[in-house]
Amino acid sequence: MCLAIPGRVTETFAKGGMLMGRVQFGGVTREACLEYVPETQTGDYVLVHVGFAISRVNEEEARRTYQALLELDQLTELDVPEVVEPGTFGQGGSE
Amino acid sequence: MKYLDEYRDGKIASRIVDEIRSIQTKPWVIMEVCGGQTHSIVKNGVDYLLPRGIELVHGPGCPVCVTPLEMIDKAHAIARRPDVIFCSFGDMLRVPGSEGDLFTIKSEGGDIRVVYSPLDCLKIARANPDKQVVFFAVGFETTAPANAMLVSRAKQDGVRNVSILVSHVLVPPSIAAILQSPQNRVQGFLGPGHVCAIMGYREYEPMSARFKVPIVITGFEPLDILQGTLMVVRQLEAGRAEVENEYSRILDREGNRPAQKLVASVFEIADRKWRGVGSIPKSGYKLRWEYRDYDAEKIFSVKEIDTREPEICISGRILRGIKKPHDCPAFGTVCTPQHPLGATMVSAEGACAAYYAYGRHLESKREELEAMASLGGAA
Ligand code: SF4
Repeated sequence: MCLAIPGRVTETFAKGGMLMGRVQFGGVTREACLEYVPETQTGDYVLVHVGFAISRVNEEEARRTYQALLELDQLTELDVPEVVEPGTFGQGGSE
Repeated sequence: MKYLDEYRDGKIASRIVDEIRSIQTKPWVIMEVCGGQTHSIVKNGVDYLLPRGIELVHGPGCPVCVTPLEMIDKAHAIARRPDVIFCSFGDMLRVPGSEGDLFTIKSEGGDIRVVYSPLDCLKIARANPDKQVVFFAVGFETTAPANAMLVSRAKQDGVRNVSILVSHVLVPPSIAAILQSPQNRVQGFLGPGHVCAIMGYREYEPMSARFKVPIVITGFEPLDILQGTLMVVRQLEAGRAEVENEYSRILDREGNRPAQKLVASVFEIADRKWRGVGSIPKSGYKLRWEYRDYDAEKIFSVKEIDTREPEICISGRILRGIKKPHDCPAFGTVCTPQHPLGATMVSAEGACAAYYAYGRHLESKREELEAMASLGGAA
């Protein structure tokens, strides 16, 4: 439960006074709070734990760690559906 | 179990194992602290690769496992209320309390929701102004910044119908408690990588010096664990006791400062009870007074519930590295992940559950049978 999952930041934006981003993990994209790694930019790889980026990593490390988590069956939290606020359409997620 | 050549980096793995073998002069007991590491060790058979005499024991680093039964029962009492939407990470749903688990409560009509992030609770609270949204805030240092942000944002935005049930524990006090026990066998530690990504590893330094024990902050991949073990053995053999960082590609000594700052503004250190282990002084977080309106224990004033682990369960000794799952007569017989009797069986990251998931309950039987057969042969 304490493992963080690496992903690629595809978008950064401010929402409700918080620095947020969309982060892509394999085939899934989730919203993540970037307040703890404020220097993050689009294209960076970050380690995300329960919706919060906690550190930046390089691309190779991100790939290796993702693969290791996949093998350990430690990616199931990404299956939990995203909570969409009423009146919005999953900020940044709608095409 | 896996053999060396099955590892993606089999050559590097065997080089590390050879080096451990070449420098080792006596047996050593080393504990990995994080449940993610335990899972990786058992799944990949890393402990079987190590030379005889290097024993890995499995520490208390699974937050689901160490959440006390009383707290589970409190969560269930709150979750049963009709005015409550109870939110939790998925791994807490199957943990049995005195009467059933969160799934049972859901099937009886309780509004239980699995969330990906604590921030989801803020969205749910806004969408349901006539309900109280309660989040089960379980976890180690890695998860605390997320829970701190939930509470801090709720207060800032004036969202009043959200609160958290805090069951936060900290790694360094649990290591100190293990080292202080008169029965302690652990001589070196693999420190938890992703916990230290938040906290850094400064706070491990006085402990390593005081107890003269090497602590190597380590990742969770098999090669990390082998490398971390090598670094601990090198220190033990040289009579050194320092904090070293095997996982420098992820973290540094200082950790994540913005996260530490917010955590310190929302939480303060408190005594906490650990399932299987008992109370450890200053071993967790509670909400600061300024955030009392977000404390589910205060809002719902749930009464203390007295609970007890079954006598047969030795999970407390397993969590401290004194025993292994095979030493428990209930392991894999009356105690299984479907019917867990104790702390280390309730989550996939607990030692008993990991041993069971990878068939080690069958191994023990096989060894017993072989031993019996050889005795029979000798008679
Ligand atoms: S197998 Fe079950 S009863 Fe035995 S120590 Fe592990 S959790 Fe406790």
